[in-house]
Amino acid sequence: MAVLEILTYPDDRLRQVSEPVKQFDAALQGCIDDLEETRLAGPGAVGIAAAQVAWFQRVLIVDVSGRKKTGNHGHLILVNPEITEWDGFAIGREGCLSVPDYTGNVVRAERIQLDALDRDGNALCFDMEGFEARAVQHEMDHLDGLLFLDRLVSRRQDLFQRKVYK
Amino acid sequence: MSNWYMLTLVGKDQPGIVARVTTALFEAGSNLGETSMIRLGEYFTVMMMVRSDAGDDALCSVLQPVVDALGLVLHIHAIDGGLHHRPIPDVCILVHGGDRAGIVSQVTSKAAQAGLNILDLESDVGGTESEPIYILQIEGMATQGVESVEKALAPLQADGVKIDVRPIDTLIG
Repeated sequence: MAVLEILTYPDDRLRQVSEPVKQFDAALQGCIDDLEETRLAGPGAVGIAAAQVAWFQRVLIVDVSGRKKTGNHGHLILVNPEITEWDGFAIGREGCLSVPDYTGNVVRAERIQLDALDRDGNALCFDMEGFEARAVQHEMDHLDGLLFLDRLVSRRQDLFQRKVYK
Repeated sequence: MSNWYMLTLVGKDQPGIVARVTTALFEAGSNLGETSMIRLGEYFTVMMMVRSDAGDDALCSVLQPVVDALGLVLHIHAIDGGLHHRPIPDVCILVHGGDRAGIVSQVTSKAAQAGLNILDLESDVGGTESEPIYILQIEGMATQGVESVEKALAPLQADGVKIDVRPIDTLIG
């Protein structure tokens, strides 16, 4: 296992679109382990995408289970993830291991349905919402060469966009 | 050695203030850090961190032609530190209600007692001249917890002010 170097913006490689995983072999397992070790070595990241360590395959890790009052499906290794349904939208604050010292508001779907494979190639399907759904959408953007910076919305306008009525 | 300065510029709003000020600074070899620029009333206000090797007298003379041409007031203040010391806010407070004297004072005093360190505050008066409404948005760090701030502000709701205190959950991915 190894802690890998994280690409940071404006590194052009963060714009690269990742390829689907085709072989579930020992090399894949090793890369996944390194990716997780790299995530854990960073400052409190709830997720990481393979592209952030210059590994351009469609793999990501999300784990929001350490947060209070946050619905979650535990520690997830997601290979070739696809969002099959979106519902609602919410503004939330995001930062990124690849964009140090900056956070901003981003609109994401509030609920998603997600198909993916696990690290052994078995099919997974999840209904996700809130913070976990946001984390998956953030990481999936990396697989398509996108950063949260590409989706920033104004901090000054959010009074009228957020759901303040309960 | 690089030095940081806080520059404040205020003047009647007109097209080109930002362009002319920043061009003068750029041509003099200065760099911008964090900035806040916004129109308040009929005035345009600029506060910006500027890094310069030349010293405050040189900065002043670089900007003087622009300041004179646009009728701005300039203040330069040498500051410590630099970039990359940005605290991440963990609480957002939204306040609105019929405009009356003392809203900001009451909200911020109670919040400060409950441990709030304000990082960003903006307020506005909307509505009509006869029925103005006041809107206040604050982001900050709740050093004694978000619940502490919420509890401290709750009594103000009774005075017809709507106050919403929410945690800011920053996702790092």
